[in-house]
Amino acid sequence: MTAVTSSDPLVSLAQTRTRGRVRRISVAGGLAIAVVVVFALSLVVGAAVISLPDVLSTLAGQGSRNTNYVILELRLPRAVAGVLVGVAFGLSGAVFQNLLRNPLASPDVIGISTGASAAAVLGIVGLGLSGLAISGFALSGAVLTALAMYAIAWRNGVSGYRLILVGIGLNALLLSVISYFMTSAQVTNAQDALLWISGSLSGRNWNQVVPLLVSLVVLVPITMVLGRVLGMLGLGDDTARGLGVPVGRVRLGLIVAAVMLAGVATAATGPIAFIALLAGPIGRGLAKDGSPALLPSALVGALIVLVADFVAQHAPFLPNLPVGVLTGAIGAPYLLWQLARTNSGGQGG
Amino acid sequence: MTAVADPTPATGGTRRRVPVPGKVLGLVLAAAAVVVVSVASVMVGAKPIPVGTVLDAFLSFDPSNNDHLFVRVERMPRTVIGLLAGAALGLAGTIMQAIARNPLADPGILGVNAGAALFIVMGINFFGLTALTGYVWFGFVGAAVASVLVYGVSSFGREGATPIKLALAGAAANAAFVSLTTGVLLTSTDAFEQFRFWQVGSLAGRNWDVVVSVLPFIGVGIVIALFSGGLLNTLTLGEDLAKALGQNVNRARIVSGLAVVLLCGAATAAVGPIAFVGLAVPQVARMVTGPDNRWLLPYSFLLAPILVVGADVLGRIIARPGEVQVGILTAAIGAPIFIALVRGRKVAEL
Repeated sequence: MTAVTSSDPLVSLAQTRTRGRVRRISVAGGLAIAVVVVFALSLVVGAAVISLPDVLSTLAGQGSRNTNYVILELRLPRAVAGVLVGVAFGLSGAVFQNLLRNPLASPDVIGISTGASAAAVLGIVGLGLSGLAISGFALSGAVLTALAMYAIAWRNGVSGYRLILVGIGLNALLLSVISYFMTSAQVTNAQDALLWISGSLSGRNWNQVVPLLVSLVVLVPITMVLGRVLGMLGLGDDTARGLGVPVGRVRLGLIVAAVMLAGVATAATGPIAFIALLAGPIGRGLAKDGSPALLPSALVGALIVLVADFVAQHAPFLPNLPVGVLTGAIGAPYLLWQLARTNSGGQGG
Repeated sequence: MTAVADPTPATGGTRRRVPVPGKVLGLVLAAAAVVVVSVASVMVGAKPIPVGTVLDAFLSFDPSNNDHLFVRVERMPRTVIGLLAGAALGLAGTIMQAIARNPLADPGILGVNAGAALFIVMGINFFGLTALTGYVWFGFVGAAVASVLVYGVSSFGREGATPIKLALAGAAANAAFVSLTTGVLLTSTDAFEQFRFWQVGSLAGRNWDVVVSVLPFIGVGIVIALFSGGLLNTLTLGEDLAKALGQNVNRARIVSGLAVVLLCGAATAAVGPIAFVGLAVPQVARMVTGPDNRWLLPYSFLLAPILVVGADVLGRIIARPGEVQVGILTAAIGAPIFIALVRGRKVAEL
């Protein structure tokens, strides 16, 4: 940053700013291109390879009966679901990590996703439900957990630190509920539940994708707009208040948005593991400017899910695994490599 | 090590600091509570055994008396394992929170338990591991691999292992290990059937063989941990200040990290990956002691076994003649207490 040796401080400031903007745009652009490429690949590759021109003409409404079915009913909803949940989890994790100023504070650690899982496991193992009913259970589980967390942590306002501690307490409680059901159930039932908890994109159709899409069309812009002040909240509540940020209301708004993002995504595909935890640090590491990096985090989330699902479906030596098993195996090594490579650490979080 | 006059950072949020005699009294009370839950753990179960018989089993052991045998062969080792595992997890959690300077750091979230779990699952699946005593070595290697990976990755670069890099590397390693473990479990119903009970965390069926196989590791780990309070205090001051005071920061991290490997590897192998103890007990202890690790460590050392053995006793009472696994109850009992404490007063930050 200080390599600029211009004698005029204003010129050097302007140069630094331009460089920052160029970097932001190139990071977001690069990630977006990567997402589009993997998205296209996942439409092309499958049991039968369909060429890219054929895919495009099918999307334009001129496909054969065969390609219409394979692309529009099988591969497209699955790929779209992958992008959407990736964006939702990535954004949700980045918001929580920035808001609570702790790189470990993702919705999977502070109990939101665990609430969804506990409700879903209750539905699967306890009540024998399946399908959309499980999604409803999962969403209510996430929302109820968040409400409980906020209500318990409330004492003349909510401090981030207390919210985290209450969150990990609730998380432990909910995990013990899951463990109880997992050990008291029949082994096959429990394995079904394990499959759901791992998160899966297989067999997603428009019934799950459309509600998810509609929710994200509302939630993502709200989060992005509110997220503009996350950097100021990071300076501490008092400073942010001094800068004119209505701290309490903005924080509540961001929490609601992040909880809903995690909730609708979990309802659609199960709590695909670790995206929320990994996407934020990777996004911030790429942006390298100390900003909350919401957009890069969302794109990283989408990229991890798409790549993991691609590998899960097409890797020749692996059994057909749910995507949630691979997100950790794909995202984590990258984050480790990024950490090992960072020379000026400390900005990573 | 104690040349630093008062390494207690002044940033702690506690308004009311407990004076030293109060802290000593607290330790004595905690030790008494450990004795009480241990005695209860030997007496309570599917077949209750009165105090007199328990004492006889110690003082005038009669090998033909079934109750005496039961106390010595089944209840005693179970209780000892509970005490050892509790102490190990409480100390390991305290150390990790100090090294990473993060209240969310614990062997569960930072991948050490997950490393142990992965190696044990591979042992079950690929080497036909069935005996708990065999778990120890796999768990131990797994915990060591995880710790070396996390520490190695975060110490690359000019600044070395900063707390934030440690936390992130730990979380990433945890993600990778859990993914691999789930992958193995989803492809093998047999391994899953065996693993799901171990994974929850249980003291059932632990005999003297298990005690003997983990005791050396946990014993050495406890000694290192209890003496590392001064070192950890310098770490919580922050790297620059610690260096300015003439402390070797890396040595402090490596010595205490070694204790974590010994404690977590052995405890995880013996009772399964119980996560909540290492996370919550140091927080509760910190409310009494403030951030001084020289007090925090002995408090965690005594409070954690109370939670683990107490939960095990309760698990045998509420589901008699069966039992509820200790891993479920440590969280089910501990979490509400923890939440109430967190809510009830101003929390002492690290």
